[in-house]
Amino acid sequence: MKLLNRFLGYAILTFFAIVFLYPFVIQIANSFKTEADAAAHPLSPVPSPFTTDSVVRIFEGTGFPTWLGNSVLVAVVVTLSRVLFGSMAGYALSRLRFRGRKFLFALLIALMAVPPVVLLIPKFLVLNQLGMYDSYAALIVPLLADATGVFIMKQFFDSVPVSVEEAARIDGAGAFRTFWSVVLPMARPALIAVTILMFTGVWNEFPHTLVAVQDPGLFTLPRGLADLVSGSLGAGTQYPLKLGAALLATIPVAIIFVVFQRYFVRDAAEGADKG
Amino acid sequence: MALSRRAPSTRSGERVAGWLFVAPVVIVLGLFMLLPILMALWVSLTRWNGQGSPFTGDVPFAGAGNYTRLFTDEGLTRQDFMTSIRNNAYYVFFVVPIQTVLALGLAVIVNKRKAFFRSAFYFPSVTSSVAISVVFLFMFANGGAINAILSVFGISGPQWFSDPRGVIHLFLDSIGLVDVNAPPSALADHGVLGLSWWDWTSGPSVAMCAIISLVVWTTSGTFMLMYLAALQNVPVQLEEAGMIDGASRWQRFRYITLPALRPTTFLVVTLGLIGTWQVFDQIYVMSQGNPAKTTLTPAFLSYRTAFRDFDYGTGAAISFVLFLIIVVLTLFQRWLTRERG
Repeated sequence: MKLLNRFLGYAILTFFAIVFLYPFVIQIANSFKTEADAAAHPLSPVPSPFTTDSVVRIFEGTGFPTWLGNSVLVAVVVTLSRVLFGSMAGYALSRLRFRGRKFLFALLIALMAVPPVVLLIPKFLVLNQLGMYDSYAALIVPLLADATGVFIMKQFFDSVPVSVEEAARIDGAGAFRTFWSVVLPMARPALIAVTILMFTGVWNEFPHTLVAVQDPGLFTLPRGLADLVSGSLGAGTQYPLKLGAALLATIPVAIIFVVFQRYFVRDAAEGADKG
Repeated sequence: MALSRRAPSTRSGERVAGWLFVAPVVIVLGLFMLLPILMALWVSLTRWNGQGSPFTGDVPFAGAGNYTRLFTDEGLTRQDFMTSIRNNAYYVFFVVPIQTVLALGLAVIVNKRKAFFRSAFYFPSVTSSVAISVVFLFMFANGGAINAILSVFGISGPQWFSDPRGVIHLFLDSIGLVDVNAPPSALADHGVLGLSWWDWTSGPSVAMCAIISLVVWTTSGTFMLMYLAALQNVPVQLEEAGMIDGASRWQRFRYITLPALRPTTFLVVTLGLIGTWQVFDQIYVMSQGNPAKTTLTPAFLSYRTAFRDFDYGTGAAISFVLFLIIVVLTLFQRWLTRERG
């Protein structure tokens, strides 16, 4: 009976593991199939014949290299800035006494609740008004700060005893020097978590690019992919090519996920705790 | 204490430093979140068509016109808006319960088991919504993987993304209550808010079901982690007491675990409600609101109205109505979690 239960438990687990992972197997396999093979045997995990034709065409026949470059640029700049600005603001909101601190924190909590999809038209309006529309600035500047990152950093500083920086400050170090050489090194675990969270968020960001740019030379990967799917390629469904491009776009996040798994899991669990 | 020994200059320095430290975030969020919302609020009261600046005297003022056209004035605008509300409501009605039950089920079966499974179920949540939509587009293609699996069971699958028929209609048709091709006139000829009763009761279209399955698949993992964290906090003594009393496995789950998870379930359901009203990326990539507007959602309709029809006023008005729906749900969620604390 006990053995049967154990067996049943693992059978159910395996079933769901297949449900959750097989789509990725399909994606990988079909990226290396010919179009005819993909159409005839979509479920097969083995390409026959195996071909890297679609990968070649992704790099030579689409804007993929440009999108990749833009995605790397945007993700790196935005992640660095969000981590730096987020930890500065989180530190100030947690530790420094200044007028308006409580109000700012309340405002931050309110902003975290603003759903990104209702900001599409508003963002376009401001970019248009400032003459930034359709530029790298439009792609990057509006994303440079993020309320969630500030919130996580503030929570972190709230949980750390003050004693160490107090000592540094009595030594006569200014707020900036204390922050840079005492506070930041101490905040490493939180910084890593926020870096991962921000990078994956920005790497996957799609709607913002829709209202910030229209020049294909400024597309990031999600935007380029969406454009590819809506059929600017012409003949055929070209699924191997589309799946391959989507696969390449997923790889960086997949690597980060595998390496930093425990950070992902903790973030989500913390989300449950604070609500 | 250190505090009292600090020179006054340090305290005023702290005040300045405080503002300098928050300045970058305040400027970026103020300029690209707060200010735009105010600008859009103004535009939602105008008939700006995208030419020039919306903040000059030349732009026709519409007052509440863009809002009344969504709710009270008869016409295509209201019909599209109500269709999008209907589609999204069915979408919410299917996604939220399914993903909640699935998340709970997954959490229970991976609890105290190998971390591999936890990661496997969670991984879809961290991937790009656009990239995953491409994969599901392929799986739900006419000759795709899903229909290949269905054919194993002798079912000939539908043409998912070109099938606008509602599943409630199809169900009623299959049990012989109605005929999809000749809807009963009692329902088809009368209606409310610009849609006939027949249209209101369609259920999600077949195309929408494909999107529903994608979203359930991607988000369940996140909620599973929330349940897992909560499961770790269920007192072991309770479980043991149940075992001593001879309660069966199911009874222990039903009368001990489930009640202990109630706060988490409330949280998962309300977070689900908030998230599902924002569906956009998947619609954009997979269906663009088609077929026959059955996957149109308020978020996508707002985008389409502004950037394809160049009716920024109505687009912004739709955004604000959607904003209101989500704000109400968010306030409800915060009130719930407050009660809990």
